[in-house]
Amino acid sequence: MRTVIFRTVAPYLTSLMVLFSIFVLLRGHNEPGGGFIGGLIAASAFAIYGIACGVAPVRRAIHFHPMAIAAFGLFLSGMAGVLSIFVSRSYMSGLWTSVHFFGNWIDLSTVLIFDIGVYLVVVGAITSIALALEERDRD
Amino acid sequence: MSAAAPSLTFLALCLPFLAALVAPALTRRMGHNAVWILALAPALAFIHFLGFLPAVADGGAITGGYAWVPSFRVSFSWLIDGLSLTFALLITGIGTLIVLYSGGYLKDDAHLGRFLSFMFMFMGAMLGLVVSDGFLMLFVFWELTSITSFLLIGFDHTREASRRAAIQALVVTGTGGLALLAGLIVIWNITGVTQLSELIGLGDVLRESPFYLMALVLVLGGAFTKSAQFPFHFWLPNAMEAPTPVSAYLHSATMVKAGIYLLMRLNPVLGDTAAWTTILPVFGGVTLLVGTFLAIRQTDLKQMLAYTTVSSLGLLVMLTGFGSDHAIAAAVLYLVAHSMFKGCLFMVAGLIDHGTGSRDITRLGGLRAAMPITFAAAMAAAFSMGGLPPFFGFLGKEEIYEALWHADTWSLAFVAVAVIGNGLMFVIGFAVAIKPFFGPVRETPLHAHEGPALMWIGPAVLALGGLVAALVSPVTHRFVSSPMASAVHGAPELVTISLIPHIGAPLLLSLITIVFAVAVYLGLDRARRFADRSLRAIGWGPDRGFDQFMSGLVRGSRRITGVMQPGRLDIYMGVTFVFIALALLVPMAVYDEWPARPVWPEDAAFHELTIMAIAFIGLLAVIYARDRLTAIVSLGIQGFAVALIFMLFGAPDLSFTQFMVETLSVVILALVMTRLRLTAADHRPTGQKLIDFSIALACGTGFMLYLLAVTQQPFRPYLSEFFEAYSKVIAHGGNIVNVIIVDFRGTDTLGEIAVVMITGLAILSLIRVRASRPDQPIVDNDPDSEPTPTGAWRKGRKLGEGA
Repeated sequence: MRTVIFRTVAPYLTSLMVLFSIFVLLRGHNEPGGGFIGGLIAASAFAIYGIACGVAPVRRAIHFHPMAIAAFGLFLSGMAGVLSIFVSRSYMSGLWTSVHFFGNWIDLSTVLIFDIGVYLVVVGAITSIALALEERDRD
Repeated sequence: MSAAAPSLTFLALCLPFLAALVAPALTRRMGHNAVWILALAPALAFIHFLGFLPAVADGGAITGGYAWVPSFRVSFSWLIDGLSLTFALLITGIGTLIVLYSGGYLKDDAHLGRFLSFMFMFMGAMLGLVVSDGFLMLFVFWELTSITSFLLIGFDHTREASRRAAIQALVVTGTGGLALLAGLIVIWNITGVTQLSELIGLGDVLRESPFYLMALVLVLGGAFTKSAQFPFHFWLPNAMEAPTPVSAYLHSATMVKAGIYLLMRLNPVLGDTAAWTTILPVFGGVTLLVGTFLAIRQTDLKQMLAYTTVSSLGLLVMLTGFGSDHAIAAAVLYLVAHSMFKGCLFMVAGLIDHGTGSRDITRLGGLRAAMPITFAAAMAAAFSMGGLPPFFGFLGKEEIYEALWHADTWSLAFVAVAVIGNGLMFVIGFAVAIKPFFGPVRETPLHAHEGPALMWIGPAVLALGGLVAALVSPVTHRFVSSPMASAVHGAPELVTISLIPHIGAPLLLSLITIVFAVAVYLGLDRARRFADRSLRAIGWGPDRGFDQFMSGLVRGSRRITGVMQPGRLDIYMGVTFVFIALALLVPMAVYDEWPARPVWPEDAAFHELTIMAIAFIGLLAVIYARDRLTAIVSLGIQGFAVALIFMLFGAPDLSFTQFMVETLSVVILALVMTRLRLTAADHRPTGQKLIDFSIALACGTGFMLYLLAVTQQPFRPYLSEFFEAYSKVIAHGGNIVNVIIVDFRGTDTLGEIAVVMITGLAILSLIRVRASRPDQPIVDNDPDSEPTPTGAWRKGRKLGEGA
């Protein structure tokens, strides 16, 4: 697996895949995609990077422990539902707002925060499993 | 009542919990003097509840609160009538004294802050329990008192006896709590109300229900365990492993009375039936006798008091069971008196322990001069406990005899029980108050000295309280006894008994009790030996039974686990798939719902057929693959083909996900394979292969037939139409699948990602279990990287261990 070509291409491939996963996450509400699919793409990106270049660089690159990322995602999703309580709506009601950004109107919502949480949980949980498996016992 | 009152009551209910929050920090800063500030919390709550006295004395009941789950009519609401107000005053009043006492008792304990925190949590729970109006709120606080009691009994968690006592108390009272929950649900189902205030006005609805007995038994299961009725009494004496303030507060004055409270609260709707007036007096009477008998045997001050608490609780249950005007008045008077004198005596026991270093009654003597305040408090409490004038216990005891005295055998039997029980409690009370203080001075581990003011304030106030309450009995009756008795009775009732004895049967019975008690007291050592011998002869008791039950439980679950989880993955997989196949095939066979034969689609396009063929080839490759890696990759081919089919039939999201899942499955399966170091090829014996083949075939056929049967049903577009119509309008999203996931069914998704997270953690720990074996250090799979230093360190440690 560890050919020179694979090791050289892997970082670029991973970056592109992570970028694409974020794109998929953000378009999810109106086009095919979403947090779950995006998370899977990012997780496979990290898995590929790990196979190509070893686990240590991946752990360095994502900085946090992947389980911590997953836990933060779960927290984020839970909190996204709480926000609506402060405007006297029931738990998990979506709140929407529009922001003017470089000439475009961008829709922001608690639903998007929720989806980002889903993304982080999927990335974190699967990456941590994959990385733990890639760290093999020393022979 | 002013508009601010509801929120003030809410604040009073929260005060103990707030104190629990700040107690550790405050104690760290101020040491044991922090209790002077912390005691303000219960004191303020006490003052707040005092304010309700006039309204409640006039027959009023104050309710208030907030909606909790309105759709189930569950609320956080309180009911303050004579019954709950008396309890609230006892809890906050004695609580204030106990907090001060704890400061003196645990002055040098490093964990005083934690102790006070637990204590305040308990106080809040107990306060919430007695003022609860909603059923669910009552149950939550009920269980919270069990949990805080567990924490307090096990406070000295380095001792095994503490831990055992804590677990025992939790198991017994916690199980009872579950019975209570079931009982409350049954009552809710019978009557349709969720509030105590509505329930007690219902009259005969419960008594006439066919499920009355079920509700009664379940409620009694809760009350009897909490209030330590025979045969569940054994946890209470063991709970004396807790520090003395806990014994004084939880296990005599308040928590153990929660069961009595419940019985009194439900008396208007559950009481006055044949079952009630039989079960309660019999269990109460037996508990009374057993408790006093066991108390005589003890020489440890706290153990003696603990067993008399058991018997007092029995007496209260017995009286509540009789349910006549006098019996209820007697129960009310005795309950208030008991809280004061027993709390006081426990604190006295703690003072003696603190001042001399011993609690053994046979090794104490002549402390009168060294501990005058303790002695005075002990004597006053013993007078009240023995039912002598001019103390409050006297009123209670006179009323008890007044209530029980009727000229029939049933009543006479209980009169005899009460006389014996009261007499023996009289003996124990005076044994505690006299033996350590009179006689020759004995050598004790510590030089005998009076405790600090922090410690004697509590017993002194309670002892005085027992005296004052009796001296001004008309006031006490107007504000406490009569409203409480009315609440228990469910109808207005006037308690009138005064300190002036009137000639009659009760006075005669009192005299008999005293004569009997003095006789036993003089022969106390002989009585103790007799009790000891007879208990030894019996040998077995519920306490040992509890141990047998627990070890049986552990053995039983170990055996079940051994059968259910032998630890072989192939067995788990085999069983799981056999059951899936059965679940799919058996119902279709039983109900004859086989699908019709599918028709070959004439209009299938060439590319669709090609994809089907690829999937089929992938499957064949899996079966014929020579090594595992090829099989895994071939399985991936089949999965990609399925993803393409999803794409063709208009499910881009599903297809997208399928692609990613297939990719990751192949990667992770390959990684697991290399990690487990499986042999490359499959070498099951042919017989095993045939069995596995048939299971796989049955499963596959089952799924195929099931899907065929489902798709042959007419398609109902109701849900699709709903989401198509509303996802853009309500949820502002064009992708229906995503809108369902994150918005319409968002709470489901939250649960699912929690499962993903937990699964991840579980898998991670499974991998780590293997990796953390010291002889197999984990390393990066990068061949260029140096071996990690952890390996060398582990080796060093192993060498060190060997040396």
